[in-house]
Amino acid sequence: MNKPSIAVHKFSSCDGCQLAFLNAGEELLTLAGLVDIRHFLEAGVADEQARVDIAFVEGSISTDEEVERIRRVRENSTLVVTLGACATAGGLQALRNLDDSHTAWKNAVYAQPAFIRTLDRAEPVSAHIKVDFQLWGCPVNGRQVLAAVRQLLFGVLPAVVHDKVCMECKRQQAVCVMVTSGKPCMGPVTRTGCGALCPRFGRDCYACFGPADDVNTDALSQRLEGLGLPPADVARRFLFITSQAPAFHAAGLRHYRPGFVDD
Amino acid sequence: MIKEAGFLARADLQTLLDRLHDLGYRVIGPVVDDAAILYRDIDRVEQLPLGYTDDQAPGSYRLSQVDTPRCFAWADGPHALKPFLFAPRETMWQVARDSDGRLAFSAVDPRPAKALAVVGVRACDLAALALQDRHFLDHVNDPYYEARRAGLFLVAVHCAYPADTCFCASTGDGPRATTGCDLALHELDDGFIVEAASPRGHAVCDGLSLRAIDDDQRRAANDALSEAAHRQFRRLPSTDLHNGLLARLDHPRWEQVASRCLACGSCTSVCPTCFCHAESDAPSLDGNDSEHLREWDSCFSAGHAQLHGFQVRPEIRQRYRQWLTHKLGSWHEQYGRSGCVGCGRCITWCPVGIDITAEANAICADTIEEAP
Amino acid sequence: MNPYLPREAEIVSRHEESATTFSLGLRLTDGQPYRFAPGQFNMLYLYGCGEVPISIVGDDPVAGTLSHTIRAVGRVTQGLQQLAVGDRIGLRGPYGRGWPMAAAEGRNLIVVTGGLGCAPSVSIIHHVLDNRARYGHLSILQGVKHADDLIWREQYDAWAALPDVTVGLAADVASPGWHGHVGLVTALFDQVTLQPEQTLAMLCGPEIMMRAAAEQLHARGVAADDIYLSMERNMQCAVGHCGHCQHGGRFVCRDGPVFAWPEVRALLGVRGF
Ligand SMILES: Cc1cc2nc3c(=O)[nH]c(=O)nc-3n(C[C@H](O)[C@H](O)[C@H](O)COP(=O)(O)OP(=O)(O)OC[C@H]3O[C@@H](n4cnc5c(N)ncnc54)[C@H](O)[C@@H]3O)c2cc1C
Ligand code: SF4
Ligand code: SF4
Ligand code: SF4
Ligand code: FES
Repeated sequence: MNKPSIAVHKFSSCDGCQLAFLNAGEELLTLAGLVDIRHFLEAGVADEQARVDIAFVEGSISTDEEVERIRRVRENSTLVVTLGACATAGGLQALRNLDDSHTAWKNAVYAQPAFIRTLDRAEPVSAHIKVDFQLWGCPVNGRQVLAAVRQLLFGVLPAVVHDKVCMECKRQQAVCVMVTSGKPCMGPVTRTGCGALCPRFGRDCYACFGPADDVNTDALSQRLEGLGLPPADVARRFLFITSQAPAFHAAGLRHYRPGFVDD
Repeated sequence: MIKEAGFLARADLQTLLDRLHDLGYRVIGPVVDDAAILYRDIDRVEQLPLGYTDDQAPGSYRLSQVDTPRCFAWADGPHALKPFLFAPRETMWQVARDSDGRLAFSAVDPRPAKALAVVGVRACDLAALALQDRHFLDHVNDPYYEARRAGLFLVAVHCAYPADTCFCASTGDGPRATTGCDLALHELDDGFIVEAASPRGHAVCDGLSLRAIDDDQRRAANDALSEAAHRQFRRLPSTDLHNGLLARLDHPRWEQVASRCLACGSCTSVCPTCFCHAESDAPSLDGNDSEHLREWDSCFSAGHAQLHGFQVRPEIRQRYRQWLTHKLGSWHEQYGRSGCVGCGRCITWCPVGIDITAEANAICADTIEEAP
Repeated sequence: MNPYLPREAEIVSRHEESATTFSLGLRLTDGQPYRFAPGQFNMLYLYGCGEVPISIVGDDPVAGTLSHTIRAVGRVTQGLQQLAVGDRIGLRGPYGRGWPMAAAEGRNLIVVTGGLGCAPSVSIIHHVLDNRARYGHLSILQGVKHADDLIWREQYDAWAALPDVTVGLAADVASPGWHGHVGLVTALFDQVTLQPEQTLAMLCGPEIMMRAAAEQLHARGVAADDIYLSMERNMQCAVGHCGHCQHGGRFVCRDGPVFAWPEVRALLGVRGF
């Protein structure tokens, strides 16, 4: 029987999510025995045009070239799976979508802005092509990625994680940092998958896995304000790594004024 | 029947822990960790939260130190007994698949290496345990729960320091521990009135150096408990909540509470009687074997009542209503009493401080009060 | 005995009912006997993926097999659809309380089903036809949204040809060649001669349909206690522990899935329960 083929494509991103594969240790060898890796630059395999069963895509779509390339990935792949916050919800670079200062910023940051060919907006992959399954996180959770690969190899879609971080925080028997120390935790609106990593270490969740299903962002915003956060900070809590996820985008914009600085 | 065994001087408390260890128990007791009082493995009395007390309010929990020689001068923290018996996550069985596709199933042996002895359990948690026993053992034996329950030894502490969120007096489950434990302690400044409630409890007492209890000590302990009951100001409506809530499924208060509720499931997770859990599978990457797991779930979760193409409870209003009507209403149909033991955890640990007693009162009072 | 541990079952036959619906014949490989009552269900386990509740349609005690009809709608059922004869799955059951077949003896039966949720009712029909002398007249009323959704079309024709059996079909939307009624299944009540005191009704399908059918049958004189229905909820444990299937105070997996109407009437079709 032919081994299923996979590709790992990189778009605008930091490469951190692809490391989920490279850091898998022994599991990486197992994986290499199960699938035919046709394209994966970080692993030294290059065939960008390869036809594959499953394409993993890291990074947001931020340039003209990427708009074209992601279409070819779709054409060449039976299933497309996004890998991480950039591919799934635009990532940090999508903060530039929030106002029209893209050109001004480019001119301010780069010595020779003429060589920088970026679009005004950085967008999630799903804004350009149909996506079959999404893996969230900045970075993704390696175990979750391999579990998803396993389900796809069985020929079924991975189960979607619906739960909020609070559920996992409680299962881990961690103590709520909002209740004990008034920290502005995003756990109540954030999809789990990280294993409640931040709260387990006494930190407030900053929503890198994006919105969970059925979130009440208004109620959380009100609570954050009650904890003393000024509107600019409430906006920042939602408009951060997954700012293009619709639920967070809408919630953040209710508190955001373009160009605002700390009040 | 719970019976006085004698007075244990504070200096001798260590002998109780030692005795439990000697009998082969894994001893669990309250310690201060992560800014809260949590159940952890203990072997020395110095690990107990001596001099600590807590300040609990809707959505808020703060520890502080007070000038007291006592170790149990606080009310329940976030952890109930529940996680020790109904594990937050566990593997139920494994399955291996051979090269011909044959499947071999094998159950995980749930027996713990050592039985647990838990020190510091409160009356509300004992009442909750009795409800979980009925749920997991009455109709169909849950082998995982049963294995951990079988050897459990419980040292209760009568609750003289209820938090502002406690209302066990109104549910009739506290503050005095009356059944379901092996030993019960009244803490006084200079030591403990020890009561034994089971043959195993009596046997443990035999190894302790107990003195006679004098009337002053007895009076002080009893006074503290009646005062503790009187200090509680939250209460559930005393009406028939089963029919009362079901008759008010369209009450506007459901919508009001839903506008504040995050549907985060914290309340059901900390609640010592909630039993919902979800099952899932974790195959190895090579696909040769797989584990079948279960983990705590909540009626606030999107997957809880999902059918293909039909979500039974799409709205937060319906999820909050499910929690309240089950906890205070349909629990009566299932187990002959309310599912709430008045521990107040769901009030303290709700990130937005929704108060079950306020909601139940508002819905059943037929008046719409403003949410606090 | 661990109530959660599946037994291994081998797929011994497979039949396509429609593009999305298929039937599996299963044989338990441990050779231990298996008995069920119509209306009960099994938890079927797809290796490495998960368990789903599926009604038992029938069995063949001689061959030692039992059969399930499954519609591929999501993760696990679509995975089951990919399996072939000879493949192995896990199975535990039977679970729940089935149809009141004993109480139904000597009476006329009216079986009303809606949508594609017909599997639980097929077991009734099989049981009645296998024990024909014990039951009176059998009316089978099936409603579907779209005429093309009807599976087992020949099966209905075959049943209709039997003595003492009436078959009525209804579709909300007809298609060319549709001879049944166009509209709601409850309209078929006009087409059967109902002897209310003699009749026991068994309903299965969407709750709104069951509620309407129960009310109309009751209005036509069928006693509330003689109306039974089969409920569907998310199920994970099937033994009354996981809490997912709760309908008010009832655990549908254990107290049901078949209920007498008065047991569930108060919350039947109420959104959120
Ligand atoms: C008592 C009972 C008998 C049933 N009998 C049959 C039958 O004979 N034939 C048939 O085709 N289907 C039957 N169903 C429905 C079948 O169980 C679901 O279609 C199936 O669980 C869907 O799982 P999935 O993974 O394919 O779908 P997904 O939509 O991917 O499922 C996601 C999750 O929801 C749960 N879920 C989804 N739909 C249902 C549902 N309708 N009922 C319970 N849980 C659900 C699944 O268990 C899983 O946890 C029955 C359901 C019940 C409760
Ligand atoms: S409902 Fe709240 S107060 Fe009652 S037992 Fe549960 S957590 Fe405690
Ligand atoms: S349905 Fe909700 S309230 Fe009832 S036990 Fe489950 S989680 Fe708790
Ligand atoms: S009541 Fe509070 S703890 Fe419970 S789900 Fe709502 S916000 Fe979370
Ligand atoms: S399916 Fe678990 S309680 Fe009914």
